[in-house]
Amino acid sequence: MLSTEEVKKVAQLARLNLSEEELELYRGQLSSILDYVGQLKEVNTDGVEPTSQVTGLANVTREDIVEKASVDEHERIISQFPQKENGYLKVRGVFT
Amino acid sequence: MNLNQLTITEASAGLEQKRFSAQELAQACLQRIQATESTLNAFVTILSNEAIEQSKQSDARIANGQRHGVLDGIPLAIKDVILIAGTRATGSSKILSNYTSTYDATVIGKLREAGTVFLGKTNCDEFAMGASTENSAFQTTANPWDTSRVPGGSSGGSAAAVAADQCVAALGSDTGGSIRQPAAFTSIVGLKPTYGRVSRYGLMPMAASHNTIGPLAKTVEDAEILFKTITGKDPRDSVTVDREATSYKLQATSLQGIRIGVPKEYFIAGMDSEIEQSVHAAIAQLKELGAQVKEISLPHTKYGLAVYYVIVPCEVSADVARYDGIRYGYSIESDLEYLKDHKSFSLLDVYKDSRARGFGPEVRRRIMIGTYALSAGYYDAYYAKAQKVRTLIRRDFQEAFQEVDCIATPTAPIPPFKIGEKVDDPLKMYLADVFTVSLNVAGVPGLVLPCGFTKGNLPIGLQLIGNYFDEDRLFQVGAAYEQSTQWHLKKPTL
Repeated sequence: MLSTEEVKKVAQLARLNLSEEELELYRGQLSSILDYVGQLKEVNTDGVEPTSQVTGLANVTREDIVEKASVDEHERIISQFPQKENGYLKVRGVFT
Repeated sequence: MNLNQLTITEASAGLEQKRFSAQELAQACLQRIQATESTLNAFVTILSNEAIEQSKQSDARIANGQRHGVLDGIPLAIKDVILIAGTRATGSSKILSNYTSTYDATVIGKLREAGTVFLGKTNCDEFAMGASTENSAFQTTANPWDTSRVPGGSSGGSAAAVAADQCVAALGSDTGGSIRQPAAFTSIVGLKPTYGRVSRYGLMPMAASHNTIGPLAKTVEDAEILFKTITGKDPRDSVTVDREATSYKLQATSLQGIRIGVPKEYFIAGMDSEIEQSVHAAIAQLKELGAQVKEISLPHTKYGLAVYYVIVPCEVSADVARYDGIRYGYSIESDLEYLKDHKSFSLLDVYKDSRARGFGPEVRRRIMIGTYALSAGYYDAYYAKAQKVRTLIRRDFQEAFQEVDCIATPTAPIPPFKIGEKVDDPLKMYLADVFTVSLNVAGVPGLVLPCGFTKGNLPIGLQLIGNYFDEDRLFQVGAAYEQSTQWHLKKPTL
């Protein structure tokens, strides 16, 4: 069973502000899900490569070209900023 | 028969022969939506005006002899995780309840070129995480066959809309069974394509290494038409591939020479006995049509769900990091109630409170599992281990497809369950996906089609699994089965 401290730490890493009741609820549910997936331990995977891509592709690249957004797209994006000033996204200071 | 009940091929023939207009067809669907939506709750957003406008344009093309092809004028429903420029797109999440798409998904662009009509955006589990649509922030969709039951999920809105003839066909997304399980629960056809066969550009991300877009339709042929329209390489989704379609000519309805494998691991203790019987009867029917049926083994099947519930939450925790209250969607910065109660707060509070208030319980749960499994000290025990077992599951399929052309299994171990029955127990809900997740873990395609009903008149679906990039084999076997049975013709009474 996970400890309350562990669950709190995970919530902090995940940037989720959870109430005491939610922390307790997730503590129980996470523990039972982790128990369930724990059955993977019984599988012998010695010498087995982990999957990184299911159809066998590797290092797919394309030209790094800047495409100009249309005026419409531009406006749609800016209109959805929760906080804006003079058409720029406004964010609280990181160091305050 | 009402126009909204037609299949793509039927409706297309009617439009071509000018027996009715695209506008009449769209109107028939919109009327059906209006008449049934208070019972079904299949749509999050209905695009009536846009749909009528698109249908008029289609009629103009038809009048000028410039019809774009078989899909021109066909009304579709689109799962609300796929972006249509200029329209609301929520992912059935509170965090995007006020979000307007800034661009078209690649699949939408392809459908626009084909001339389809978009009726609206369908309900789903929040960001496609769930098996019943009960995780939607807005509404639970009802199953048209029994409105006290779920339509499956996460593409439950699209499935219900097709089954209830609110549309001619629909698009959904499938990360662990989200097209196939609802298709089985509502007696329609659903295809999860091979990983990388359909571009996900413009699809709200949900576990990028598992996620696919595919059709939900009334017949196998309709599913094939939609799939062949949306498939193809897209520089904006780097896992897409250029593959020639391997087209098998359907030999009337014969499956002579086709080898079909039946994996013993898909018939497990505790599964519904009526489902087991129906699927066995369907396999006997495939044999009747000339197929060679043989028992096979996919020995790592029982670990599929555990692999899935490690890797997917890990990917999800990264996918949904973008919803942070800064650039779009719900933010405490513009929540007047929050601002009234909190006079001063920091940037960190913007992240933590916007996310805590914007995400529902299942999304938060998966973020928590994924963050835990990826955190220092646990990576090898969970994520790395699961990716190794994933290799073994892929190998199971690769070995099986050396012996058989196609694999036949049940879709879900249980018939559609009651609304509310499983919401309090996440693990129980996850088990609804036990027969579908392995295909996403491995990347192989799967086609689900109606194969019977329980005594209580609840739909049962047959799942056909194909080799990588071999969707055409699924269409061939599926169409032969469909043409020799009547299940797909049965309609729910609403």
